[in-house]
Order: sequence, then C-alpha cells, then structure tokens
Amino acid sequence: MDFNQPAGTNLFDNARVIGKPTPRIDGPLKTTGTAPYAYERHDVAPDAAYGYILGAAIAKGRISAMNVAEARRAPGVVAIVAAPDVAPVGKGMGNVAPLFGGSDVAHYHQAIAVVVAETFEQARAAAALIRVDYDRTPGAFDLARAAPHAGAEEQDDGAGDGGDPQSQQTPKRIGDFADAFAAAPVKVDATYTTPDESHAMIEPHATIAGWDGDKLTLWTSNQMIAWSKSSMAKILGIAEENVRLDSPYIGGGFGSKLFVRADAVCAALAAKEAGRPVKIALQRPLIANNTAHRHATIQRIRLGAGRDGRITAIAHECWSGNLDGQSGEDGTAQTPVLYAGANRLVASRVTHLDLPEGNAMRAPGEAVGHLALEVAMDELAEATGMDPVALRLANEPTGEVPGKPGTRYSERNLTRCLTEGAERFGWARRNARPGAVRDGRWLVGMGVAAGYRGAPTQKSAARVRLEADGLLVVETDMTDIGTGSYTIIAQTAAETMGLPLDRVSVRLGDSAFPAAAGSGGQWGAASSTAGVYAACVALRRKIGEQLGFAADDATFADGRITAGDRSWALTDAGAQVAEDGIAFGDFQKGYDLGTYAGHFAEVAVDAFTGVTRIRRMLAVCDAGRILNPMSARSQVIGAMVMAAGGALMEELVVDTRFGLFVNHDLAGYEVPVHLDIPHQEVVFLDTVDPVSTPLKAKGVGELGICGPGAAIANAIYNATGIRVREYPLTLDKYLDQLPQVA
Amino acid sequence: MRPFTYQRVATAAEAAAAVAGNPAAKFLAGGTNLLDLMKLEIERPAHLVDVQDIEGLNAIEQTGDGGLRIGALVSNTALAADERVRRDYGVLTRAIVAGASGQLRNKATTAGNLLQRTRCPYFYDPNLPCNKRNPGSGCAALEGYSRQLAVIGTSDKCIATYPGDMAIALRVLDATVETVQPDGTERTIPFGEFHRLPGDAPEKDNVLAHGELITAVTLPRPIGGEHVYHKVRDRASYAFALVSVAAVIQPDGTGRVAFGGVAHKPWRVEAAEAAMPQGAAAVTAQVFADARPTEHNAFKLPLATRALAGVLAEAKG
Ligand SMILES: Cc1cc2nc3c(=O)[nH]c(=O)nc-3n(C[C@H](O)[C@H](O)[C@H](O)COP(=O)(O)OP(=O)(O)OC[C@H]3O[C@@H](n4cnc5c(N)ncnc54)[C@H](O)[C@@H]3O)c2cc1C
Ligand code: SF4
Repeated sequence: MDFNQPAGTNLFDNARVIGKPTPRIDGPLKTTGTAPYAYERHDVAPDAAYGYILGAAIAKGRISAMNVAEARRAPGVVAIVAAPDVAPVGKGMGNVAPLFGGSDVAHYHQAIAVVVAETFEQARAAAALIRVDYDRTPGAFDLARAAPHAGAEEQDDGAGDGGDPQSQQTPKRIGDFADAFAAAPVKVDATYTTPDESHAMIEPHATIAGWDGDKLTLWTSNQMIAWSKSSMAKILGIAEENVRLDSPYIGGGFGSKLFVRADAVCAALAAKEAGRPVKIALQRPLIANNTAHRHATIQRIRLGAGRDGRITAIAHECWSGNLDGQSGEDGTAQTPVLYAGANRLVASRVTHLDLPEGNAMRAPGEAVGHLALEVAMDELAEATGMDPVALRLANEPTGEVPGKPGTRYSERNLTRCLTEGAERFGWARRNARPGAVRDGRWLVGMGVAAGYRGAPTQKSAARVRLEADGLLVVETDMTDIGTGSYTIIAQTAAETMGLPLDRVSVRLGDSAFPAAAGSGGQWGAASSTAGVYAACVALRRKIGEQLGFAADDATFADGRITAGDRSWALTDAGAQVAEDGIAFGDFQKGYDLGTYAGHFAEVAVDAFTGVTRIRRMLAVCDAGRILNPMSARSQVIGAMVMAAGGALMEELVVDTRFGLFVNHDLAGYEVPVHLDIPHQEVVFLDTVDPVSTPLKAKGVGELGICGPGAAIANAIYNATGIRVREYPLTLDKYLDQLPQVA
Repeated sequence: MRPFTYQRVATAAEAAAAVAGNPAAKFLAGGTNLLDLMKLEIERPAHLVDVQDIEGLNAIEQTGDGGLRIGALVSNTALAADERVRRDYGVLTRAIVAGASGQLRNKATTAGNLLQRTRCPYFYDPNLPCNKRNPGSGCAALEGYSRQLAVIGTSDKCIATYPGDMAIALRVLDATVETVQPDGTERTIPFGEFHRLPGDAPEKDNVLAHGELITAVTLPRPIGGEHVYHKVRDRASYAFALVSVAAVIQPDGTGRVAFGGVAHKPWRVEAAEAAMPQGAAAVTAQVFADARPTEHNAFKLPLATRALAGVLAEAKG
C-alpha cells in the first residue's frame, strides 16, 4: 500500500478496538516469567554451551601478546576464540570499531576473546586466566579538551571549530543571526553540558547462536531485525539468506539494541569454533564500555528577543565526540521546529574521541537538546520578566516551520499542551520569585518545558493469515521492546478485520517474517500498525475476490462481512493469506511530522543538604491518535523517569587518564528508583495526524524524555534561584550557593 | 569466580579454627557482599566456612548492665525491627533501613554488614590499579574520580570509604565487637578501634586477625535522647551515602555524632561533641580539622556541616 496523500476519513475514525485502553497481551507472560528472553530460550538450543567475553583492559593500542594456554586447560572449557587469531570482522550498521578480531584495540572493553565452557561460571573463571600484554597508545578522552572552542565567541561566524579538524556540519543559517542578536534588547547566552549516559536497560545484550551447516540462527535481543540480519551477514561475510534472527521478547533496548553488538558476533564465532550452539549475555560492565552510549554534549544557546519576549535571533550550537566516522549527538534537533524567530543558526559538530562508541539512545539529539534550549527559554523568561508559559506561547510559529523553509507542520498543538497543562498542574500557584516558597526544610519550585520529538515513518510489512477456524495470525519482524507492539498490532488487525482481540494472534521478531519498521526513533508504533493495516486490507480484498464483493466498500465487524444487503461469515472463504506493507510517499517530506508536549515539574530542594526530590510531574502530549492509551501512558511515564534520571543523577563518568567509563555497573551508574518518582500524570490530547499514517497515529515512546529534565532544572531554579547548567544537577554543583544554615 | 570448597560448621570455635588453619579460607554469612566480590575475583577464597548454622549467634539478648547483645548472625531486618532497638536505639534502626534494599537486609547479617568492603569504583575494575584490591599496584582514585571517596583519615595509598550505614550508628552508640580468636580465646574490641585507617596497608579494613570470628555486637545501656540518622545521597533510596550523620541529641542540646561516607571508618571525634550546643559548624570544624579532600569531594565538608545543621534543627523541632 502506498501512502501518498493525507488519510481521509476511514474505519479508524469510528474505531472499536484501536484507541481503547487495552492491557498488554504479553503482560501475563511477562509477569509469570513465561515470556522467555534470549538467554533463557532453553528449548531452542538445549545443548548450548556458555560463552564469556573478555574485554580489552586498555582504551587504545594493540595487543602485543595473548596467552590462552592456562584458560584452555581450565575445567569445562570447550573452546576459546582469541581476537588476534581472527581477522577483524566486517562492520555492520552502527559499528565503528570492529566488534571482534585483530590485535588493535579501539576502545576499552572491546571484545578480545571469547571463552566457551560447559557452565557460565567455568567460562567466566577461565576468561580470567587469559594473559594479555598490550602496547598502549595515547588517546583523546576528554570532550572539553577535544573541542576547545566549544562555546567560544569565535564560533559566531559559524566557521568550523579551528581546533577541531573533524567538525562536520556546516552551520544552517536563516536570516542574519549575528546582526539580529547584537541588536536584540534582551539576550541570553549560555552554555550547557550533558554527560555520557548509559541505556541501562534491564536485559543485557544476549544471544544464543547456532549453526546448521552454513545457516546461522541467532536467538537474540534486538530492536531492528532486518537491519541486523543484513548487518550480521556483512559482519561475518556470509550470504544474507543464511542468517536468521529471532527476537520475540526484549527486556528493554532504548537504542542500545538497534544494531548488532558483540554478544551476537562472538556467539556466532564461538558456536562455529565449538561446533555447538553458544549463548552469551554481556556482563553489566561491558554494557557501558563495550556497547554504545549516549554522547556527552557541550551546547551553547543564544537567544535574542524583544522586550515582548518575541525571539528575533536564535542560535544553538552543539559539540560532541565519537570514534572516527560516526555521528555525534545532535542536540539542536528540536531547535528549527519549536519556536518562531527570523534569524537562526544551528550547528552540530563532532570531534574525535577514543571513548567507546556513542550512538542512539532514546530520543537521540532531542533528549539532551531540550536540557539546553528549554532552560535557555526559562532564562529568557526571567530576562524579559515574562511567565515561562506565556513566553513560549508568544513564540508559537505561524505558517511554515521557521527553521525548515518550505516545510509545514503536519499537526501541532503545543499551545494546547502548555495551556491545558498549566491549568491541570496549578501553574497559576507558582511564585515567579525564585527561592520564595518554603515547606519546612524544603525549598519548593515549579518548572515548565515544551517538548518536541520528530515522528518519522518507515516502510513496514506484514503477513496476515486467516485460519479456517477464524483465528487471524499476524506475522511481522516488528519487535516489542516492552513497548506494547504485540497489543497495538493485534488491535489494528482486530479493527480492520472486524474480529475480537482474542481472535488475533501476533508473532513478532523473526527475520523469516516480512520486514517491518522495527523499534527505533519512535517510528515503530505508527509505521508497523500501518503495515499491518495494509496487509489486512490486502486480505480483505482477497476474501472479497473469493466471495465476490468489493472489499473496500464492505464492513467487517463482529466476525462478519456486510456488503450492501449481502452478508458472510469472515471464514466463508476458508483459510486465506495476504502479505503487504506500507510505503510512505514523498509528500511527507513537505511536512515536519512531530509530536509535542507540555512538561511540568514540581521539586523540593533541601535547604540544608541541597538534595533535590521531585514531587510531581505532568506531561500533556500531542501525538496524533493514541492507539492504546494504556501502553502509551506507560511509554511516556517511563520516558519521564529516564528524563528525571538524566536531569538529576545519570552520568557515565569518564576517567580521562585510562579512557573509560569508570562507574560501569548499576551501583555506580544511578538511575531513578521508585522513591524518586512519587507522582506522574500523563494526558493525551485528542488529536489525529492524517499526514502520518492511515491510522493518523504517531509515536510517543521518545516524546516523554524530551522536556521533563528541563522542567525539573527550571523547577530547581524556581525553588532556589540557582541556575546550574552542567548536568546532572547533583548537589555538589550548587551546595555553596544555598542559603547559609550553620 | 574461582572454584572453592565449602564447609558448614556448628560452633564458633570450630569456625575460627577452620579458617585460621587455611590462609585461603574465609567465613561466609549472608553472602551479599562476599559472593559479589568472588564473582569479580576481587575476593578469591579457595575455601568457605559457612557460619550460618552456628548455635546462639542469632539472638538479641539483654545484657547484665541493661544493654543489648546482638548475635553476629542476626539479620539486618530482624535487628532493625526489634522492639527494644526501635525504642532505645532508634539511630540504629534508622541507619539500617537507610541501607541497601529489603531483600538484601533480609539476608545480610550483623557481622557481615560491618565487614562489607568499599564501593570505590576502581576497586571493582581488575584492570585498574588499586592498592586495596592488589597491594602495591597504586591507587587509581587519588588522581581520578573520587566524588564518593574519603575526605579525612586518608593516606597516599588509599582514599576509600567504609560505605556502610549500620556501623555509623553503632559507633555513636559506643558499641563493642566480640570475637573468638583462632586460639579459642575471646576478645572485645571497642567500636572506634574496629575499623582501620588505610595507612600503608589499605588491604586491611579492620583489626580482625585471619580466622577471628565475630560472635556479637554489644550495645551499652540506652542513653535516651533524640535518635537521628540522616543519609544524603543522589537518589532517594538504594544508594550509598555521600555523607551520613548518626546523632543522639539530648534535650539540653548536648549529644553525640558520627559521620559516614567521609572516611575509611565511621568518623567520630568525641572531643568535638562538647561544641554541639554551639551548632553544627563548631562541631565539624573540629571533627574535620585534618581533612584532606580531593577536588571532587571537597563538597563533602560543607555538606557534613549542613547535614548536621539540619539534624540539630530537626532535633530542636
Ligand atoms: C546492591 C547493594 C546495595 C547495598 N547498599 C547498602 C547501603 O546502602 N548501606 C549499607 O550499609 N550496606 C549496603 N549494602 C551492603 C550490605 O549491607 C552488605 O552486603 C551486607 O551487610 C553484608 O552482610 P552478609 O551477611 O551478607 O555478609 P557476607 O557477604 O556473607 O560477608 C561479608 C564479609 O564478612 C565476613 N564475615 C561474615 N560473617 C563474619 C563473622 N561472623 N565473623 C567474621 N567475619 C565474617 C565474610 O568473610 C566476608 O568477608 C549493599 C549491598 C548491595 C549488594
Ligand atoms: S581509593 Fe583505595 S580502593 Fe580506591 S583505588 Fe585507591 S586504593 Fe583502591
């Protein structure tokens, strides 16, 4: 099905299943431990041996010698694959450093050996017996040093960063920023930093690999099946048709499982060597330093405005670092879209760092971009003496997307998000004077931020099979990473075929199924349901041909088909199969497809110790038709938790001498616990976006992390009068500015 | 984890002898710390002597002078919940429940808790230098990431902290540690002398000899007063202290205070407590007079003062 123009009125406008709060189909399986994750799929490979990966002990250099003799003699050892004995594997999508092979070390904890043994404990113990000698090479590990001009004045002309040969993006300019900024009566010029972050999903990267002759099967945990199938073929230099991935249940990914990682590659190599299936889960420290992370950024924002708060000049520059050849964290992503302003400059620059590879983490770009832009807006509100909500309303664009000439908004209701949010949150009770509200030992404040996250679409296919007994089976390689894909896909199929939900069976995550959009960039829900809709429409037509009616004019409801005055049972044509997908036409390029939110937070800061505790959070979201308000809410509150973590505590700490993230376990890398998140509320506006998909739906999974962190930062300012621009906002950064107490 | 042999024993003397006779042996109690460290091969015992069956170490009993004797195997959960502890030694209950998680506290024992090892991040990465893990290899934290680490009582060999909570309260309560030594004799160690400063031997956390078994921790008679444990940390629960304050404040403003998260042992300077009625700054000026913080953890000094000020303000109520 080609989606070449905005959707007209269709069956989803009178939906019975879509849009209704629906508990997750896989919920009971998850809560009873019967949804097996990759590492626990004992049935698929009962004779699997255990693999354990040894990570490099240095950040950069070469392995000069590796001695595995003692490890080989250790109890239970079946096989050892040593990187120096193997040519570097090819690179798949999203890989900068080879995932295995050769003697070069490109980053700390890069996989340098795999030990296979009869038990996990034996493999781990044997891995500790491998002796490695290295030749170290100095590396660049400090972003501030690698991008010395970050935030500096000389960036005004927009020329590349002189000290930084890898500067990539030429600044995007509209109008004349420099002149307009100079002339603006009110100015904000501030630099913000955000740290490296870890995805820290619960389920580590894990794979069972098994060979049958030339054919490789990977029972794995992966968000993007089609990408990873072709990547795996490239990495191992084998034919794509000889690779199968199966990933029906995934314990979180947040972007860390978009691409093939060392678990899959090492399991495949080790299984070949061992002559039997091998399973590998990455130990927690390897998740920080072996896989990818969110890049640290330095962001400079300049806002020039009139005394009425209207922005006349807006510049957002972002610096991040990565291993050669990879992109950085583009914190400017939301800036062309959110606010009006005639004179604009955005630039995102990437410098070389020898840290482990940076890559996509939930809302790459926007998640940290808002931490700068939306705090700068708070600073502008203060500079103009305006209410922060009113300031944002005053800068609502009219017409085209101000930073993307020739592009229109497909659908945008940010003003409603902010005004309805302000109403619900009790924003009117906020005291605009910082540090003025006291509750016992606590300083209390409120903050607001706008949120934007792009809502891209990706082509997506599915196969639907109506069985003779009326059960509808949906097969697509779409993944459910804890998001609720099973459920919204079942809802879509049930709606389109006129079946109750329990007559639909959804099978996901197998590369033998038609290729779907996969889970990434918050495109999964909208795209994959559109693909399933397309397949169902093809099935309706096929049944129509068999029974002799025009399917597009017929009604499918309650297990029956009605066309004019004729009626059939859905099963009258017997078992039928259809396959189709959705392809999104170029007309979408004329639009900015985005999701919006108004985020509000109330925090309390201990006047004695500076400890910040969130009291409540609210998100009012504008994200098109909400397919399942229950799972959508879970997505948004989960993202708000992650945003709270990013604002207040999460940081992969770089040791710039040894070139690694030191706090590489969940004791050292703190994410929020229940007690940090006392109250969250999510409201979805009743909007639809016909430009997006036939279901007029967009994603929400990343919208919830774009903005709440800034709302928290702004609330801390409101509570204390202290502005900290260096995330995470831990008490050591502002303790000395709190009121005297002793 | 290295392969190891495993033995259960029935008496304290048997346990002490079993470990004393084997330089590679260790006691095992709840295992919540030791087993984690064994998996990382930071601890590499070849033999474990499980003390959990030993009779008589699981009770909390009244002592002759009106105090309490807490058996070494009493779980953190049971100790925190004990009615007498809650009534007379509230700082202890509060400190325990401020630590770890419910599940861990169910398993963790009184003795094991005292002996939990540091949370210095470098201690946990065997690729990096650490004198505590690998004596003589150097200290990666000295010039590295030391935000969590000690500000006082440090040495140029190690700046790690003792990370626990319960021990800070025990210090302020003037507890004593009772042990059985390898030769079968018993000894009593005042709490302030139990944990060591790192000095030249950071691998040694405390004064126990190899094979010396803790049998109990004893609390003297209750001292009344307001019992407070205030733990400052980045997240609201399930995190180690940046700084913690264990205090017992009397109605006249006098009191006792010990600090956690600042040193290689619970940090208490009794002489400074006379300044309590003058306020927090007067106390901490003396308590931390010899502090040698790093650039990353210098904030702990004002934080300790501010945390104590909060405690004093609340106690005044
Ligand atoms: C995730 C996590 C979070 C935590 N958070 C906190 C926290 O916030 N605050 C806090 O205070 N603690 C915290 N802890 C530490 C926890 O309190 C300790 O792990 C626990 O108290 C150890 O007790 P155990 O009985 O399990 O000791 P084990 O692990 O069995 O033993 C620890 C050590 O004591 C020795 N030992 C045990 N019994 C005796 C004995 N009778 N005589 C002599 N030696 C003995 C063992 O040989 C070993 O060296 C945390 C732990 C974890 C895993
Ligand atoms: S501070 Fe102590 S524990 Fe930490 S690295 Fe140095 S020696 Fe090791």
